[in-house]
Amino acid sequence: MKVLVAVKRAIDYNVRIQIKSDGSGVVHEGVKHSMNPFDEIAVEEAMRWKEQGKVEEVVAVTIGPDACQEQLRSALAFGCDRAIHVKTDDEIQPLTAANVLKALAEKESPDVLILGKQAIDDDCNQTGQMTAALLEWPQATFAGKVELEDGKAKVTREIDAGLETLEVDLPAIITTDLRLNEPRYLKLPDIMKAKKKPIEDSSLDELGVTPAPGLEAVKTAPPPQREPGVMVESVEELVSKLKDKGLI
Amino acid sequence: MSKVLIVADYLKGQLNSSTARAVACAKDLSPESIEVLVLADDAASLAEAAAKLDGVTKVLTVERPENEHPMAATLAPQIAAAAEQGGHSHVLGPNTTFGKDLMPRVAAKLGVAMVTDIMAVHGPYEFERPIYAGNAVVTVKAPDNQVLVASVRCASYPAVAEGDAAPVEALSLDVELPSHTRFVDLETHGSDRPDLQTAPKVVSGGRGVGSEENFKILFDFADKIGAAVGASRAAVDAGYVPNDMQVGQTGKIIAPELYMCFGISGAIQHLAGIKDAGTIVAVNKDPEAPIFEVADFGLVGDLFKVLPELEEAISK
Ligand SMILES: Cc1cc2nc3c(=O)[nH]c(=O)nc-3n(C[C@H](O)[C@H](O)[C@H](O)COP(=O)(O)OP(=O)(O)OC[C@H]3O[C@@H](n4cnc5c(N)ncnc54)[C@H](O)[C@@H]3O)c2cc1C
Ligand SMILES: Nc1ncnc2c1ncn2[C@@H]1O[C@H](COP(=O)(O)O)[C@@H](O)[C@H]1O
Repeated sequence: MKVLVAVKRAIDYNVRIQIKSDGSGVVHEGVKHSMNPFDEIAVEEAMRWKEQGKVEEVVAVTIGPDACQEQLRSALAFGCDRAIHVKTDDEIQPLTAANVLKALAEKESPDVLILGKQAIDDDCNQTGQMTAALLEWPQATFAGKVELEDGKAKVTREIDAGLETLEVDLPAIITTDLRLNEPRYLKLPDIMKAKKKPIEDSSLDELGVTPAPGLEAVKTAPPPQREPGVMVESVEELVSKLKDKGLI
Repeated sequence: MSKVLIVADYLKGQLNSSTARAVACAKDLSPESIEVLVLADDAASLAEAAAKLDGVTKVLTVERPENEHPMAATLAPQIAAAAEQGGHSHVLGPNTTFGKDLMPRVAAKLGVAMVTDIMAVHGPYEFERPIYAGNAVVTVKAPDNQVLVASVRCASYPAVAEGDAAPVEALSLDVELPSHTRFVDLETHGSDRPDLQTAPKVVSGGRGVGSEENFKILFDFADKIGAAVGASRAAVDAGYVPNDMQVGQTGKIIAPELYMCFGISGAIQHLAGIKDAGTIVAVNKDPEAPIFEVADFGLVGDLFKVLPELEEAISK
C-alpha cells in the first residue's frame, strides 16, 4: 500500500500570535513556524503503518512557499520516503488545496490520503473533506484509531457524542485527531538522513489547478477582551460573589 | 434576498440544540426564507421539532434507509441536490462534529469555498470567524455570485425559541448514494447529567485532578450544583475521562453562564473553548497559572481542599 500525507507549515502552537495594527493579518516575520500538530500525527501514523509492514511507501506533500521545505524535511526525518513540494507564494485556501491534493492523488494513486483534521492557523477543518468530495472517496475524519486491512480501513472517530466507528473502502481520506498517536521525537541521525532524501518540486500550473474563488480577508482583529477578573482569598468569598451574581 | 437551507443535526431521534442555534445565525441574514433539511430514516418527529423553531419557514425531509446513521459521504450528495433543486443561496450547518465533517464535503460538491465557524454576520456574504484558536477574529467576504456554505459557531448564538409550526414537506431527490462508507458502531457515554454543550453551568477538571477516581469529586460537586462536566485535553489524554468531555480549540466550544475549572493551567487551546463563558472561576494551586489571567474569580488553592469546602459553603 501507498500513503500520501499532507503537511502544512503553520505558526507554532506555543506562540502567542500578534495581530498587525493595520488589521491586515498576523505577524509571521521572525515567528517560529512548525508542522501543523495534526499533520505531525498524520505523518507518525503513516510511519507506524510502514513499520508494521502494512504500507510500502509514504509520500509527504505540502503546498506553499520555499520555507515549507523545512516541514517536508521534518516529514522525511520521520521516515517518509520522498516528498512533493507544490510551490506557490499565494495564500492557499482549502478548496484550492483540495484541488491540488486531488491532482496529486490521481497522479500518485495512494491507498490512503491522510491529513490533519484542521490547520491551527486558519482553523478551517475543511481540506480533507473537500478532497474526499472531489475524488468521490470515502472520508473518515477526526480519527482516534485506524485499523488498516486489505482494501478497507476501520476508523474510530472522535465525535461530540462519543466514539463512532466507520468502515471505509480504500482508497480513502483519513483526517487525524489528537489522540490517534503521540508523534516521536526526531533524532539527529534521522534529521541528517532526511537531507539526502528527494523533494520533487511541482506547481499549480503543472498539476493543472487554477485557484478557486475564495474568501477575502477584510480585517483581522483581536477577539473581544474579557473584563479583568479578581482573585478571591477564600472559599467563602468566592461563594458570596457567585451568590451575588445569582450563579449558584 | 437570501434563501437559507439549514442541515438538521440530531442524535438518537432528538434534534440537537445546535440546529436552533444555526437558525439564530440564519435570522441575522435577514433572509426571505429559512428551511431546515432533515435527512433521516424516520424523519417525522425530528421534522415536527424543527418546524417549531422560531424563524423557520419550512421543513424539508428526505427519508431513506441510508440516512439511519448520518455519514458525510451519503448526506452530502443529498444536501447538494436539495440546495440546487431549491435554489438556496445559503447552506448552513452547525459547527458540531456532525457539521464539521459534513459541510466541507457539501461545499466541494457544489464547487464553492466555505466559511467555518461564523461568529457574527455583517451581511449576506460577510462574516466574522475565529482563527488561531480564537486569538484573532477575521472578517471575511465570500463570493456573492455562488452558493454560500458555512458552519455556525454554536457558542456565538443562543438557540431560537419555539414558535408557530412551519409546514413540513417531503422532498424527493434523485441521487445515487455511494456504498463505500459503512457505519459500524457508536459508543456513547450516556449520563443523566446536563449536556456539556448546552448546560448553563459547567464544572471542568484538568491534569491536576490526577486520576479517574478523583474525577468523582468533580462529578459529585457538579451534581450538587446541577452542572455538566468538562475536561482539559490533558485529563482526556491521561484517560481520566472520555474524549467527548474535552473543552477547547479541538474539543467543544461552550458558552455556559458559569464555568468553574479545577486543576487546569489555562493553555490557549483550552481557553479557545471558554471565551464566551459568562463567569469563569478558576481554582489552581499555582498562583502563576495563566488561567488566572482570564478568570473572573480566581482562587489559589488545592482543589482537593477547596472542593469539599465549596460544597459545604454552598449548602449553607
Ligand atoms: C493542536 C493542539 C490542540 C489542543 N487542543 C486542546 C483542547 O481542545 N483542549 C485542551 O484543554 N487542551 C488542548 N491542547 C492542549 C493544551 O495545550 C494543554 O496541554 C492542556 O490544555 C493542558 O491541560 P491541563 O491544564 O489540564 O494540564 P496542565 O497544563 O498540566 O495543568 C495542570 C494544572 O493543574 C494544577 N494543579 C495540579 N494539582 C493541583 C491541585 N491539587 N489543586 C489545584 N490545582 C492543581 C497545576 O498547577 C497546573 O496549572 C491542545 C494542544 C495542541 C497542540
Ligand atoms: N497548504 C497546504 N499544504 C499541505 N497540506 C495542507 C495545506 N492546507 C491544508 N492542508 C492539510 O489539510 C489539513 C486541514 O487543513 P484546513 O482545512 O486548512 O484546516 C491540514 O492539517 C493539512 O493536512
